[in-house]
Parts: sequence; structure tokens; C-alpha cells
Amino acid sequence: MAKARAPKKTPIRVLIAKPGLDGHDRGAKVVARALRDAGMEVIYAGLRQTPEEIVRAALEEDVDIIGLSILSGAHMALFPRILVLLRENKAGSIPVFAGGIIPDEDARLLKKAGIRAIFGPGTSLEEIVTTARSLAHRTA
Amino acid sequence: MTGATSLPAAARAIVEGDRRVLARAISAVENGDPSADRIVRSLYARAGRAPVVGLTGPLGVGKSSLVNALVGRLRSLGQTVGVIGVDPSSPFTGGSVLGDRIRLERRADDTGVFFRSMASRGAAGGVAEATREVSRLLDAAGFDVILVETVGSGQVDVAIRDIASTSIVVVVPHLGDEVQTLKAGLFEIADIFCVNKVDLPGAELAKRDLAELVSLGSRPNGWAPPIVGTSTVEPRGIEELWEDVLAHEKFLDTSGERTQGERRRLSSEIVGLARDRMGRELMKRLEKDPALRRLLDDVVARRIDPRTAADRLVTGRAALRRR
Repeated sequence: MAKARAPKKTPIRVLIAKPGLDGHDRGAKVVARALRDAGMEVIYAGLRQTPEEIVRAALEEDVDIIGLSILSGAHMALFPRILVLLRENKAGSIPVFAGGIIPDEDARLLKKAGIRAIFGPGTSLEEIVTTARSLAHRTA
Repeated sequence: MTGATSLPAAARAIVEGDRRVLARAISAVENGDPSADRIVRSLYARAGRAPVVGLTGPLGVGKSSLVNALVGRLRSLGQTVGVIGVDPSSPFTGGSVLGDRIRLERRADDTGVFFRSMASRGAAGGVAEATREVSRLLDAAGFDVILVETVGSGQVDVAIRDIASTSIVVVVPHLGDEVQTLKAGLFEIADIFCVNKVDLPGAELAKRDLAELVSLGSRPNGWAPPIVGTSTVEPRGIEELWEDVLAHEKFLDTSGERTQGERRRLSSEIVGLARDRMGRELMKRLEKDPALRRLLDDVVARRIDPRTAADRLVTGRAALRRR
């Protein structure tokens, strides 16, 4: 095991999770894959996570950024809860972005509540990767 | 012995159960961050208490599900568990999808479990370079048992042996005929064989092939690896699997193997660390030290060969330093 290599840039760590009860994880998987291909370490937490589980995972995994995917329509309940839990755990500085079916009016409110970016259907993977990277770096 | 008060603040927080500090220290170790150095050094004396149980085997055999089942079993026994799940990094982009956490059952409010996903970051052998030191951090943090899940391993991925006190090699039915069990590498490191997905047809044959392998001769230390059939869907065999781990841990103590194994592992760790450091220093000096640069010039010009140059580098080291 050669340790003689020069220290490389440390990869961005991302948690990708699906809060709530919808079982449609294709989008989350495609985004996980795109972030991986952009050189990030993506912790894929999978389906049907409670806000508590997501925050717990984010803290244990010491992630730089959290991505939430939701298609169930429960975003107005679940996202703010996650933000509150992060703040309660002194982790309010971890940026959270989201994707899914989120009406514009809701998106405005969620952004005001602290979700840093929201991606709707048709967003390019490139845009998601670029945004994720800049969000992660701003807090690094 | 040093008391908790003489530890650096972060190390003390880890010992006292601060999971956030633990999580950040793990990142620092992974990243080779200088801030990890004092923590790792100061906590070494506090590690070495918890059994470190490695689960290895080809991809898709159910290692993550078994980890989840073992966590459940250990929690029901009142034991706390630290888990490291290693997954591969891309050799092309350095990126990674770490999916071992998916199998973990809902334990958001259980502070008796700490799960950390880890990318292999270019290390060969089935674990990451940081895995050993991170398992020590979890140990020092007070977890009763440390579970380490390797990447889906190939036949030569045996690095878990240098970290775990008990290595479980996980297979499934129909992985291959008995000739596969004769091959060197992975099957040689098993302290326990686990035939997972034992609910599938072919499980008995797989167990029989392994039994034959074990009967052909026990390991030099006299331990004959037990073979346990498990299923995480039924579930079945999980209690037996853990009993086998305990039996092996007991064997390590009664036979004196634990001390011997530790000596072997630690000597290779010390030599590895020293080699890395000397290698880095020599590399630097080959570029900067005029005498050494001439040595390199001579090899480049084919006046001397690399082996001779290396001899001079090693034997002449003290003299060069005194200058």
C-alpha cells in the first residue's frame, strides 16, 4: 500500500436520500451516478427514509452536501423538518438541494426556508453536478 | 496510562461519545489531514479492546444484509456496534457510490450503532488505506464490536486479514465447483465460512465443498474454520454466525494467537508506515540532494543500474545524513 502519493484533492461527499413513502428512485439513482462520474463520493441512502434517518446519516457520514429526491408531494412537510433537524444538530450549514415534482410556488417557499437549489423535470445532469459542486465548495 | 484529561480536545470528545467529532475525525483520517495525526496517535492506547469482525466475499453475496442482521443480533444482546462499509472508488474519476447503508434497518434514534461508508480511494485489497485507523477510532469511541464490510472482493483481496481479528468469508450457492475452493487467496483467510442465501438450491453442495476444503487440513494455528449457512430473508443462521465469531475470538485468546496475530499485523503496519515515510523522504532527496541527483543521473545515463543505485541509497544513507 503506497502512501507516497502526494495528497490529492479530497472528494466531495454527498448524501442522496429519498424522504417519505414514494418508491420512485430512478431519478435519485441517475443523479447519484452523475455525481459519482463527477468524482464525488455519493452515499446512497435509498428509499423511504424519515427526516431523522436522513439527518443521522448526514452526520455520521460527515457529508458536505445533501440531495433529496421526492415525487410523492409531501415535500412541504418533509423538507422543512429535515432543515429543522439539521439546525438542531448544529449542522445547519450543510447545504441541501432537492429534485422531483415540486410546484413553483412550493419551490419558492422551500427556498425561503433554506433549500439551496431545486431541480424540476428536464434539468440537465450537468446543471445538477455544477450546482452541487459550487454549493459544496462554498461551505468547505 | 494517560487519563482522558491529557488527551487532545477532539480525542477526548470522541472517547466521551461525541459522534459529530468522531465523524469529522474519520474524514480527517481518510483525507490524510494533519489534524488527524494527534487524534490517531493519542487514541491508539485506547483501542484494541473490541473484536474487529471482517465480512468479505464476492459482490452480491449479501455482505451488507448480513451486516444489518448482525447489527440487529448484537443490539438484541445489548452490544454497541461500529460499522465501516467499504465500496470501490472509480479508477477513472475517483468518484464512488457508497450503497452499503441501504440495507441498514431503521435505527434513527439508536445511538448504539454508528455506520460509516468509506470509499476505497485507489487502495487494492478490498479495504481503504484509512480503514484500519478508522476501526481504531470506533474502538476508542467505545463501541463493543466493530464490523468491517469489504468491497466485493476478488480472489486476491485479502487485506481485511490485516485489520480484522475474525474474518468471515461469505459465499453463495453456485459460485463454482470445488476446484474454486482449492485456489489460493480469499479462501485461505477465512476464520469462518458463511454460505449465505442458504434458502437457494445448491446450498448443501456449497457447504459440502467447503467442508471438504476445511477437512483437507486445518490452518497452521490449529483452527478449523466452521461453515455456517445463513439467510437474511428468512432469517436463519445469524445467531449461529455470531456464536462462531465468539468461538473464534475465544480461540484467539486461549491459544495465544491473538498476541501473535497482533504482532504480525502491527509489525507489517509499522514497516509500512516507515517505508512510506522513508520513501517520501528519499524521493524528495533524489530531486534536491546534489549527491543523490548525481546517482539518478548515473542511472539515467546507464552508467549504473537501478539495483546498484538502490544499494548505495540504502547503505549510504547515514553517511549522507551526517554530511
